[in-house]
Amino acid sequence: MTILAIDTSNNPLGVALLEEDRVLGEYITNLKKNHSIRIMPAIETLMKECERVPADLTKIVTAKGPGSYTGVRIGVTIAKTLAWTLNIPLVGVSSLEVLAAGTGRYFDGYVSPLFDARRGQIYTGLYQFQNGKLTVVEPDQLVLAVDWAEKLSKTKQRILFVGTDLPLHRSVLQEKLGTQAVFAGMTEQNPRPAELGLLGMDKPGEDIHTFVPNYIRLAEAEAKWLEKQGKIIKG
Amino acid sequence: MKDQLILGIETSCDETAVAIIKNGREITANVVASQIESHKRFGGVVPEIASRHHVEQMTIVLEEALSQGHVTMADIDAIAVTEGPGLVGALLIGVNAAKALAFANQKPLVPVHHIAGHIYANRLVTEFKFPLLALVVSGGHTELVYMKEHGHFEVIGETRDDAAGEAYDKVARTLNMPYPGGPHIDRMAHEGTPTIDLPRAWLEEGSYDFSFSGLKSAVINTVHNAEQRGETIAPEDLAASFQASVVDVLVTKAKRAVEQYGVKQLLVAGGVAANKGLREALQQTFSQQSDVELVIPPLSLCTDNAAMIAAAGSVMFEKGIRAEMTLNANPGLDIEIFN
Ligand SMILES: [Zn+2]
Repeated sequence: MTILAIDTSNNPLGVALLEEDRVLGEYITNLKKNHSIRIMPAIETLMKECERVPADLTKIVTAKGPGSYTGVRIGVTIAKTLAWTLNIPLVGVSSLEVLAAGTGRYFDGYVSPLFDARRGQIYTGLYQFQNGKLTVVEPDQLVLAVDWAEKLSKTKQRILFVGTDLPLHRSVLQEKLGTQAVFAGMTEQNPRPAELGLLGMDKPGEDIHTFVPNYIRLAEAEAKWLEKQGKIIKG
Repeated sequence: MKDQLILGIETSCDETAVAIIKNGREITANVVASQIESHKRFGGVVPEIASRHHVEQMTIVLEEALSQGHVTMADIDAIAVTEGPGLVGALLIGVNAAKALAFANQKPLVPVHHIAGHIYANRLVTEFKFPLLALVVSGGHTELVYMKEHGHFEVIGETRDDAAGEAYDKVARTLNMPYPGGPHIDRMAHEGTPTIDLPRAWLEEGSYDFSFSGLKSAVINTVHNAEQRGETIAPEDLAASFQASVVDVLVTKAKRAVEQYGVKQLLVAGGVAANKGLREALQQTFSQQSDVELVIPPLSLCTDNAAMIAAAGSVMFEKGIRAEMTLNANPGLDIEIFN
């Protein structure tokens, strides 16, 4: 079993190769650079270093969002095409779940991974490790950071926040949650592609053709159009 | 000699398309998934929605093309893909699918210019005779391209503002026609007579460039002025007058270029080549000129498709043009860099 994991859903770009009980290699950068130019060379380089060829792959795991619409589409398109042409299973994993898995394993409490979604909003969800397995407490969502902190304050649990966009929202979260809030260290904020591969290892394959990113949000034009339809129906 | 098979991928706008072309000229498979029904409700192509649809369609269209052509990836010699121009988010899906496909199957990757594709749609109809001239008319482009040989493009004229197809869509909106407006205007033009005097932008003496924004404004002004005077203009007559102006400029400039460059063929390319008014005027003008062969592809090859990308890719492949795994979508790609 050789798993290729691909994550281009946010600024951190990640590729990993895993076999049975071993991470063969990982490639991560956290740069505001074009994923479309860099992801295939990253895959090519890592596979070459690990002395694996495309025909060796037995499964593709990709981060399916939330994140940058364009970014997530690049990884998902490559993952779908690779899985289809190599005739191997494709697994999609939440980009937030990957973040949570990286640092949450030894944390006794909830984990809230997050990505900035502009205008004070974040993409986040609430996760927890139970008997070594990552479980979803609150599904991935788009929410104002301040509202999220308010909601979490009622859980009375300690909450670990993780993500490269943490600096943007840290003060808001800290203010509402005080000592309830724990923040991952700088070296633990990148989503780890090896965790992505591990999360996808035992998950069943998706229907490759119909698999799409989890954008969370409708396209703006679509949302406006639906709103207009609603008004016409109501009026 | 072994047959050459090129798989082409096109996602520059709102069609997800994959085709397989044998020896540069023969269609083995040609699959197009159009999104037009989805975009109609917005009155035009919405880039984000186009990109989302491409992700939904890509592998489905790939699979259909292989099964239609009764081939496997092992039979394919190279993968050709539209690098640009077009909508960046839409192009990205085709480019990344093509890279993944090339990598997984260890096949050469060939970047193709979308307009080169439109021109090469003609080679699926008849063999090229050089030198030739191509009149490219689409929603995004209005160009006269001179070719002295395969894979060599010289743009001798292009639009300075709106593309012809764009002007059609805007005029159609003024006349309250649904999107896409081009075919409606074409149909209405045949029901009316060109009684309204509309401007023709010839630009400087000897220029092969085009400009349609003045014409578009003149149409809008004519409608507004008539409304203010409480008069009604038959929309069919306005459509006919508008079409007469567009066609007059396109045909006159093409004819002058054909004569000056002494070409053997005039190829018509792009979505607006489906326009009946334009086809008729070109046929009329060039039927007497027996030394110039006029080529107009069938409708299905005029609008965006991947057969044209694979056909152009076949020539580029033989020319030795290759892309690396760093290939990116290039919305402003210049056709002359391939020369
Ligand atoms: Zn086109």
